[in-house]
Amino acid sequence: MSEVQTAPSTVQPLLDVDHVTIKFGGVVALDDVTFEIKPGEILGLIGPNGAGKTTCFNVITGVYQATSGTVAFDGTPLKGKKRYQITKLGIARTFQNIRLFPSMSAEENVMVGADVHSKVGILRSIFRTPYFRRTERESRERSRELLRFVGVNADPEDFAVNFSYGDQRRLEIARALATKPKLVCLDEPAAGFNPAEKQRLMQLIHDIRDAGNTVLLVEHDMNLVMGVCDRIVVLEFGRKIAEGTPAEIQSNPDVVAAYLGTEEDDDDTA
Amino acid sequence: MNHFARTAGDWISDRWATVGDRVSDVVGKRPVKIPLIIVGVALVYLLPILNLPIIATPESDFPTVLFTVTVYAIVAVGLNIVTGYAGLLDLGYVGFYATGAYVIGLLTAYHFAWPFLLVLPIAMLITLVTGVLLGAPTLRVRGDYLAIVTMGFGELIRITIRNTAWLGGTSGIKSIPAPQGIGDKSTGVFQIPHLDWSTGTPLVDLNRQTKFLVFGVLDATPYFWLALTALIVIIVIERLVKRGRVGRMWEATREDEDAAEIMGVPTFKFKLLAFASGAFIGGLAGALFASKAGYINPISFPANLSMLFVAAVVIGGSGNRWGAIIGAIIVAYLPERFRQLEDWRLLFFGIALVAIVSFRPQGLFPPGNRARAQRAARRAARDAQREVPVV
Repeated sequence: MSEVQTAPSTVQPLLDVDHVTIKFGGVVALDDVTFEIKPGEILGLIGPNGAGKTTCFNVITGVYQATSGTVAFDGTPLKGKKRYQITKLGIARTFQNIRLFPSMSAEENVMVGADVHSKVGILRSIFRTPYFRRTERESRERSRELLRFVGVNADPEDFAVNFSYGDQRRLEIARALATKPKLVCLDEPAAGFNPAEKQRLMQLIHDIRDAGNTVLLVEHDMNLVMGVCDRIVVLEFGRKIAEGTPAEIQSNPDVVAAYLGTEEDDDDTA
Repeated sequence: MNHFARTAGDWISDRWATVGDRVSDVVGKRPVKIPLIIVGVALVYLLPILNLPIIATPESDFPTVLFTVTVYAIVAVGLNIVTGYAGLLDLGYVGFYATGAYVIGLLTAYHFAWPFLLVLPIAMLITLVTGVLLGAPTLRVRGDYLAIVTMGFGELIRITIRNTAWLGGTSGIKSIPAPQGIGDKSTGVFQIPHLDWSTGTPLVDLNRQTKFLVFGVLDATPYFWLALTALIVIIVIERLVKRGRVGRMWEATREDEDAAEIMGVPTFKFKLLAFASGAFIGGLAGALFASKAGYINPISFPANLSMLFVAAVVIGGSGNRWGAIIGAIIVAYLPERFRQLEDWRLLFFGIALVAIVSFRPQGLFPPGNRARAQRAARRAARDAQREVPVV
């Protein structure tokens, strides 16, 4: 993994966002954004409110289509792919505002993700074929395993609505991991977390990467982003203004200006 | 050789284990339940024979009422898949019911004289295709819009039938033959006398005997048995489908369609599957209705029947098949049971519906998980309130 980070230019990127522009009517949400994610890295996507982080997320997961430019995952262009097909290809995500299936059990929530790669058929269900039984058992076991992995200690047969806020967030991560993704996109996973929970989350993100995944992290909490990411991409007003290691980003004058503002900057944007 | 014997043995024991698992998938994990279920089912089969005083309907033929209730229960189970599991509000379910009924009418009486048991699967398949044809373009819209489209579909079927001569037009289809029975037409294989409770003690009524198994206009009991058997088969199959991946994907789609899609669920496909399964079952119910009624016309399938079907599912508890069945019993049985109240019964029925909806909006028997979840959420909210002053 560390080799990947030291010699990035020779490795084919896992996700290649190439000159992507998204317009909603007259509003340019993303303006010619280009970056790539290399296999095995943790990439942070940061920026002030309204910078286009979530839009960027949505174009990667197929919720929006790019107005121009291309997004390619593992060499496959994502243009025209349905959202569930993109999940099948290996991109999974969590949501900024938690979106679980509230009246299903925690285990079932995760199993929905785990079912992605097994064939579903009404006849298989009726005749309870050996394939059906085996995959059903495997996806249940996998779900339990993942719930332990992300650190949900509550009863897996309890319903998602009953879970504490933190457990719901972790449950979402487990559900995303259940789809066996190559790239895990976490949309503000630390929102509403206390420092101790943030610490655990940081460890979890490292664990996810160590389990062989690549992580794209959108987050507001700078300590978390700086502490966990290998590289960071900074967006402002839909444009990429910087890219680099946490140390480089922290000392980048454009980034400092974007976050803290400068006197000239105030005049420009007013 | 030895190796072969071992693998064959393994194969057989695997098969047996699968059979056992399959039984437990249908009836649940507790084997104690099996005899109870058998006794319960037998009792239901014997209801028209036992003619129990409080349950029996004094003003209308009890076996006929039981048949109607069972057909409504089949409808409710089917509609529960669409509305309860997949969360698609279908206000035109009567369209599928009518399709099933008309295929029976057309193929056993109006154009051909094919036997009922051959036409029944054809009717169900045609209704299934109708469901796919309706669902494919309309399931892209959600919520209220879908309800409007389906409502239009129910009316469309009725009006098309009314205006098409080869579908029977306004005059409908007459003399739909009864299904082929078993045994001699006048005696059947054997005869079962009904009980008569008019004196207060049960007497065997030899003047009223059900011929096993002769379908006719005089005795609705064999039709009830046929419908009940169909209902049981449908419940078993539906339960197997629900308990597993397909059921999970339906529920995920209902809970949050976008999130489900992003978790890799092809939601459109599963909505279509739910819609088609519902149509299939609705077609079965309509086919049974037509063969019992013997006469169908467009007036038999008004839009308010769709509302009644939805009412059954919602009152009983959307998402729980047993709740839906109880809802069907309520909407089909209570008005018949209280027929002696004459026109007042509809008023009381309306009041009862309003009362249920106001005091128990989740239905009488909501799905276990959702009910439990809601209770737990309320408890958590209460606890949270209590904790605030302490902090």
